[in-house]
Amino acid sequence: MSGFIAFTVLGLVTGAGYAVAASGLVLTYSTSRVFNVAHGAIGMVMAFLCWELTVQRGLPAWLAVLLVVGVAAPLLGALAERVMMRHLAGAPEGTTLVVTVGLLIMLIGAAQAVWPATARPVEPFFGQRGFRIGTAFVTYHDLVMVAAALVVAAGLYGLLTRTRIGAAMRASVDNRDLLRLYGARTSLVSALSWAIGAALAALAGILLTPVVGLSYFDLALLVISAYAAAVVGRLRSLPLTFVGALLLGLAQSYAVGYLPPTEALSGLRAAIPALFLFAALLLSPQATLRVGQIKGVAGVPVPTTRRALVAGAVLVGAAAAASFALPAAQNDQLALGFVYGIVMLSLVPLTGYGGFVSLTQLTFVGIGAVTVARLGTASPLGLLAAAAVAALVGALVALPALRLRGLYLALSTLAFGLLMDKLVFQSSLAFGFNGSLSVPRLAGLRGERAYLLVCAAAFVVVGLGVLALRRSRYGRILLAMRDSPAGCATLGLNMRWTRVRLFALSAGIAGFAGGLLGGLRQTVAATDFQLMGSLPLLLLAVVAGVTSVSGAALGGMALMLLPVLASAFPALGGLVYLCVGVASVGLGRDPNGVVSHLFKLGRWRERDRWRPAGLAPALRGAGVHR
Amino acid sequence: MTLLEAVDVTVRFGGVTAVGAASLEAAAGHVTGLIGPNGAGKTTLFNVITGLQRPTRGTIRLAGEDITGRATHERARRGIARTFQRLEAFGSLTVRENVLVAAEIHRRHALRRSRRQQAPARVADRLIERVGLDAYAGRPADTVPTGIARLLELARALALDPRLLLLDEPSSGLSTAETESFGDLLRELAGEGRAVLIVEHDMDLIMRVCDRVNVLNFGAVIASGTPAEVRADAAVQQAYLGAGA
Repeated sequence: MSGFIAFTVLGLVTGAGYAVAASGLVLTYSTSRVFNVAHGAIGMVMAFLCWELTVQRGLPAWLAVLLVVGVAAPLLGALAERVMMRHLAGAPEGTTLVVTVGLLIMLIGAAQAVWPATARPVEPFFGQRGFRIGTAFVTYHDLVMVAAALVVAAGLYGLLTRTRIGAAMRASVDNRDLLRLYGARTSLVSALSWAIGAALAALAGILLTPVVGLSYFDLALLVISAYAAAVVGRLRSLPLTFVGALLLGLAQSYAVGYLPPTEALSGLRAAIPALFLFAALLLSPQATLRVGQIKGVAGVPVPTTRRALVAGAVLVGAAAAASFALPAAQNDQLALGFVYGIVMLSLVPLTGYGGFVSLTQLTFVGIGAVTVARLGTASPLGLLAAAAVAALVGALVALPALRLRGLYLALSTLAFGLLMDKLVFQSSLAFGFNGSLSVPRLAGLRGERAYLLVCAAAFVVVGLGVLALRRSRYGRILLAMRDSPAGCATLGLNMRWTRVRLFALSAGIAGFAGGLLGGLRQTVAATDFQLMGSLPLLLLAVVAGVTSVSGAALGGMALMLLPVLASAFPALGGLVYLCVGVASVGLGRDPNGVVSHLFKLGRWRERDRWRPAGLAPALRGAGVHR
Repeated sequence: MTLLEAVDVTVRFGGVTAVGAASLEAAAGHVTGLIGPNGAGKTTLFNVITGLQRPTRGTIRLAGEDITGRATHERARRGIARTFQRLEAFGSLTVRENVLVAAEIHRRHALRRSRRQQAPARVADRLIERVGLDAYAGRPADTVPTGIARLLELARALALDPRLLLLDEPSSGLSTAETESFGDLLRELAGEGRAVLIVEHDMDLIMRVCDRVNVLNFGAVIASGTPAEVRADAAVQQAYLGAGA
């Protein structure tokens, strides 16, 4: 019984911290319609800043917290809104997600550059002092967390119901455009909500640091806990979000307290938000289809089959030529670029054609690698098995969020990635606790050169397959679904199953790449496939061009070069992350990416053909001679 | 023969009643008009019939079958097709591909098929020609003028070979001559045994092609009858021209 009370207190206290984080998330999402994936990362940077001010600069804790939560965080939030988010109003959800993922990566990069990795123990406020309630010990820090949640709840209630700007915020939840017509300054509303949101993220980050640890990733991933709580409030109700946060805190506390403390379950604490989230998603009501939204994303032209075949042959030929020119180790690097290229290809149908975002594509790569390793076969059938297993898992991930909008699907992948990181990849099912697996090479290919050619050829084959898909009935349906879900439904398309199939296909391609990657590395471990590695992958895919096969090739090579760059210039460290973040924030708005600019010349020629038919005779009459 | 029955349909958004206990019918082989001032609830009623909007109360029946609880795609498979007032064309596909994708979905999923079904590509080409879109077939749908996009949505809806066709302000954006031939096309579609339900502001078109007209005002049906009867109705004149008319 005494244990139960202690776990309940702990759960409520943690829940209070989540509530602070989640309320900030809900506030920014509902007023600006941008889901801020970087919410936890803002809290992370601010927690580091607070540590800097107190431990390094010797400021008293109360002053540091006041400066960070009251000044630095709101400024950062308002800056992010002004520089990045304002231009995203009305942009597709996929685009806004990618840009905030860019912000997340940028903040992690910045934090790593300013505060290089080292152990930084953080004392709770007031140390370990506290008092007893019955048998349970409550620290003053715990008390501060609960008090903070209560103050935030009361403050938000007062702001939203008692002030003019609060009324404008509530109104913008319902209809932004209408609010603008009534003369409200929606940009001010949006900037203020981002400032408050960032302040709440900072407060939550600082309060939860003694629980989570001063870690770049764990604090940044607080966004998952906040999101899980916010889903209970359907991303708009603050009271229900608070309820969700407390339930999540309790669930986590009880799970830690009452489940057997085996090695396999050691990651459970961190995985609970993900499990909670999936449960909440399953219980969420069906989303309604929006009518009258923006349509049409100009894509890059699809090459003819003949041109694609020629380009593929040239690519394999170039790889063969390079394999003779380069030393063995660099052959492996080049092969890695092609394998990453296949991972990028897995995003082309999903993100490029379908407009859905997966934040954890490397996880599916890992599933493919584990499958091949566990089968221990060098037969090409192993690769197919890798693809099949990954596809099956991909379908399972898509299922809970099926009835909901794309945003929920993307965020579920985030939670799924965390779940796999903390629970499954660490278990004896996969790599084992801190373990690794050895993978046989395809058909016993020993030479680096031969394997490079296999990888290049595999990229070409998958690329041709993606192009064939784009030209097929299914490809047309994907574009149609992205442009107008309502239009598709009125034609008799059941979009649920189309989405599941799309997700399975994408995961399957990634799993296939995972099988190849396993053979390339020959030893793989859980750290190769972490969620945090998936985010730069997604960003590079979008920056390079996620709507085309050429973009995937470019992105794959770039992803392969990133660590090479980082090790060549170790001083840069986190700056590589920073650069990827900056690039994606700048280019994330155009999913056609860098590659499309290379196609620009060709596209101008094509556009001439689309001149309205009526114009041609008029031009001739105006004295254009042939 | 009555194909569509909407009975006592009510839709409330918070405290606002968009549609209040409205009932209407559409018969196979007839063009039925639905007119009314802006904000009368016409588009909301269309959304309820196609399942995009769940009604607060009321029943929708198609050929006697209660479809109120059915999802949008299930209704489409039973033979309901529509166009949108605010366009929902697939902007990144060409005009022809827009129609083609509809024909392909229909071929695969329809519950009700005509005896000899043509290949989707042929269906698309035939319909493009029928509504007069040949000149635009290869253009991306987000580059064509509004009137053309409306015809494209009509062709796309026809690719489902629908029993019930709902058209939401199809003639806006068309020239006078185009509207004239569009009216002929509507009569032709009804002549094929389809029920056509049309929301329209062009009164000349309504008076010319409709067999029956329903007038909606503030979410309620205030009159219904032949075009001549409706034109003579005092309540309708008041709704359109204001009190004292």
